[in-house]
Amino acid sequence: MNLCQTMEETLIDEAENNGRDGEVAPALIAVHPLEKFVAVAIGSELRVFDLERGFGTNLLDDSGASQHSDSIRTIGFSASGKLFASAGDDKLVKVWSTDSWQCIHKVFSEKRVSAAAISCDDHFVSFADKFGIVWIVSLKENERSDKGTQILAHYCSIITSLEFSPDGKFILSADRDFKIRVTVFPKKPLSGAHEIQSYCLGHTEFVSCVSFIGTSEYPQGFLLSGGGDSTVRLWDFTSGTLLDTCEVGAQAGILGSNGDEGPCCHAVTDICASPDGSLVAVAIQRQVSNLHGVMLLTCDLSSRRLSVSKVVTMQETFIPSSLGMSVSGENLWMVSGASNLPGSVSSALARVKVISRLKQMPDSSELEPAVLEDNEVPGGTKLLETLQGSASIAQEEETLAAAAEAVKTAMRNLLIKRQYSVEKRELRKKSRNDRKLKQ
Amino acid sequence: MSQNPKPSSSSSSKSKSSGLPRKRFYRARAHSNPLSDSHFPVPINPSLFNLSQHYPHFFPDRSNAPKRIEFADIGCGFGGLLVTLSPIFPDTLMIGMEIRDKVASYVDERIRALRTPLGDYHNISVVRTNSMKYLPNYFEKAQLSKMFFLFPDPHFKEKNRRRRVISESLLDEYAYVMKVGGLVYAVTDVEELGEWIRGCLERHCLFQRVGDEEAAGDPVAKVLESATEEGKKVLRNGGQTFRCVYRRIAA
Ligand SMILES: C[S@@+](CC[C@H](N)C(=O)[O-])C[C@H]1O[C@@H](n2cnc3c(N)ncnc32)[C@H](O)[C@@H]1O
Repeated sequence: MNLCQTMEETLIDEAENNGRDGEVAPALIAVHPLEKFVAVAIGSELRVFDLERGFGTNLLDDSGASQHSDSIRTIGFSASGKLFASAGDDKLVKVWSTDSWQCIHKVFSEKRVSAAAISCDDHFVSFADKFGIVWIVSLKENERSDKGTQILAHYCSIITSLEFSPDGKFILSADRDFKIRVTVFPKKPLSGAHEIQSYCLGHTEFVSCVSFIGTSEYPQGFLLSGGGDSTVRLWDFTSGTLLDTCEVGAQAGILGSNGDEGPCCHAVTDICASPDGSLVAVAIQRQVSNLHGVMLLTCDLSSRRLSVSKVVTMQETFIPSSLGMSVSGENLWMVSGASNLPGSVSSALARVKVISRLKQMPDSSELEPAVLEDNEVPGGTKLLETLQGSASIAQEEETLAAAAEAVKTAMRNLLIKRQYSVEKRELRKKSRNDRKLKQ
Repeated sequence: MSQNPKPSSSSSSKSKSSGLPRKRFYRARAHSNPLSDSHFPVPINPSLFNLSQHYPHFFPDRSNAPKRIEFADIGCGFGGLLVTLSPIFPDTLMIGMEIRDKVASYVDERIRALRTPLGDYHNISVVRTNSMKYLPNYFEKAQLSKMFFLFPDPHFKEKNRRRRVISESLLDEYAYVMKVGGLVYAVTDVEELGEWIRGCLERHCLFQRVGDEEAAGDPVAKVLESATEEGKKVLRNGGQTFRCVYRRIAA
C-alpha cells in the first residue's frame, strides 16, 4: 500500500506543481465538423475563425472575464457542431454555443482539467481532472449545475483523452498507464457510469490520443489510438480486441540507430481520421530526426488493416502539436506552437498549416495530399492572422525554432511522469505519519 | 527503478525446496518505462499473463476451454486464505495479489513449500502487483467467480479514503472482472470501514447483498474470519469483525 500512496502523492504533487512554474502548454486546434469554424487554443487564449463569413469571431463570456485565466489543455466541437468546449489549468470548463460564441455554461472543477468531451446529443459535458476522475454535468436548461458529478475514475492515473463513441453508447477514457477504458454511457449519466464494456490493452507506454472511424457499412465503428510506444493501434473497442498495430516510428525510419533516444522522443501525440478511414493523420514527436511532418495512414475497414501511405514533410520548425479535420476529411489542419516560451516576448506563438488531400501537384495532373501555401489556406491570411496572432509569423524563423523546442519539452512534460529516485520515495515514505496506524 | 523486468518477488533464482526456477516470465517491456511508476512487471493484457508459470501442474492445458483463474484474494497478505481454500476447491485456480514485495515473495515460497507431487496446493499462486491499478491486465471481463477483501488497510483519514481498496469507482472494475452471479467477500475489524464498504456495495448498481441466511450456508463465508493471519490476530485479541457478501448482478 505504501508504494501506491507514494505514487499517488507523486501524481498529486506533480499535478499541483505543473504549470505553477510557468510550464509551456502546447497549442491545440479543433475543426468544426462541417468546417464552419477553426479554433486554436494557445496558452489561456482561445481564437476562433469563422470560415463561412471569413472573419475572426469574438468570444463572449457574460462574466466579462477573459476566456480562460490559465493554459487551456483541451478544446473540441460537439458532434453536431452546435457546441464547443474548452478547459484546462484554470479549473474551468466552458461550453460555448457556436451560433453566438457565447459561453452558455461554466463548470468549476476542483482540480485542473486534462480532457473534456460533449455527449453526442449535446446534453452533457464530461471532463477529466488531474486526479483521474471523470465528471459529468448536464447541459439541459433545468438540470445545469456549476459543479460536476463523478461518473468514473482511473485510479492513480492521469486521463489523456476523453471521447464519446459516435453512436453515443460509450464513453472512452485513455490514460498514462497504457489503458483505454470503454464504459457504457448510461441513460442516467448523473448516477454514474459503472458498467465497463471493455479495456483496450496493448500499448506499452502512455496512450496520448484516440480517434473513431466508421461508416454506414460499419456502424459500430473502430477506434484508433496512439501513444508513447510509437504505434498507432486499431481496435474493436466493444470487445477490446486489438485488430492491427502500425509501428509508425519504425515505418518512418525515424528510430534510426541512435539508441539513446528516450521512449517518448517519437511518441504519437495526436491522431485525426476521416470517418471512412481513408485518411489517418498522425502527429509524431521526435527529438532527433531528419523528418518533420505528419504521417498519413490509411485504414482499410474491410480487412481491418492500417498502412502507411505517405509522410508529408515540412520545415524543421513545424512540429505539429495538435491536428484537426472536418467530417469530410478534405483538409487536415495542424498547429505548432506553445505558450509561456522561456525568454520569448510573444507569449503565445502558434503556426497553422493545412494539408489538403486535393492539392494539384505542379508537375503532375494528379491530386495528392500536400501542404498548402499560406495564401492557399481556406480563409487565407485573415484566418492566419486570427489563429496565429499574426500573418507574418512565417518569417519569424528563430522564434518558431524556439517554439518547436518548447513544444517538444511541453509534450514530454505533459506525458511523462516525473521519475522519482528510490531514495526520494523512501524519504517520502518515512515522512508519512499515518503509517503509524498500520500494523 | 529496476531496469530489469525480472519480477522482484523472487529473491533467489531457485526455490530451495523444489529446485524449480522461480523466475516468472512476463512479457517484458523493451526498456524501463519512465511512465510506469510500478517497480514490477505487469502483463500488457490478460492473454499475456503466463499461467503455466504460476500453475505448472495444470498447464499446458490442451482442453477446449483452458483453465482460468477464478478466485482472487486482493491484498492477500501472508496467504492464509489461499492455503485454506486450496484443498476445499482443488480444481479451481486462485491467485493472491499483494503489493508488498517481501510479503509476496514470502507467499510464493510458502506455496512452493506446500506443494506435493500429488498435486496439493498447485492451484494457488501469488503475484506482486497493485490491484487497484492493474486488475484488467490480469483478468478478462467476467472471469472471476469470487473476490476476497480480507482485513484491508483502513485509511482512517478523510483525505486518504480514496486509497481504500473498496470504493465506488474501484467496484466498477471489480464488477468488470467478475461474472454475473460471482461473489465479493469483505471482512474487516474496523467498524467504520465495514460501514464504508457496505455503503459502497449497497449503492453500486451491479452488486446486491447476499442475505445472512444464505451467507451462513456458504462454506467459504465460514472460514473467512479465521483463515488469514490478520483474522487470527483479531480473533486472538477478541476483536469484533464485520463481514459483507455481495453478488455481482446483471446490468
Ligand atoms: C491488513 S493486510 C491484510 C492481509 C490479509 N488479507 C489478511 O487478512 O491477513 C492488507 C494487505 O493488503 C495489501 N495491499 C494494500 N493495498 C494493495 C494494493 N493496492 N494491491 C495489492 N495489495 C495491497 C497490503 O500490502 C497488506 O498486505
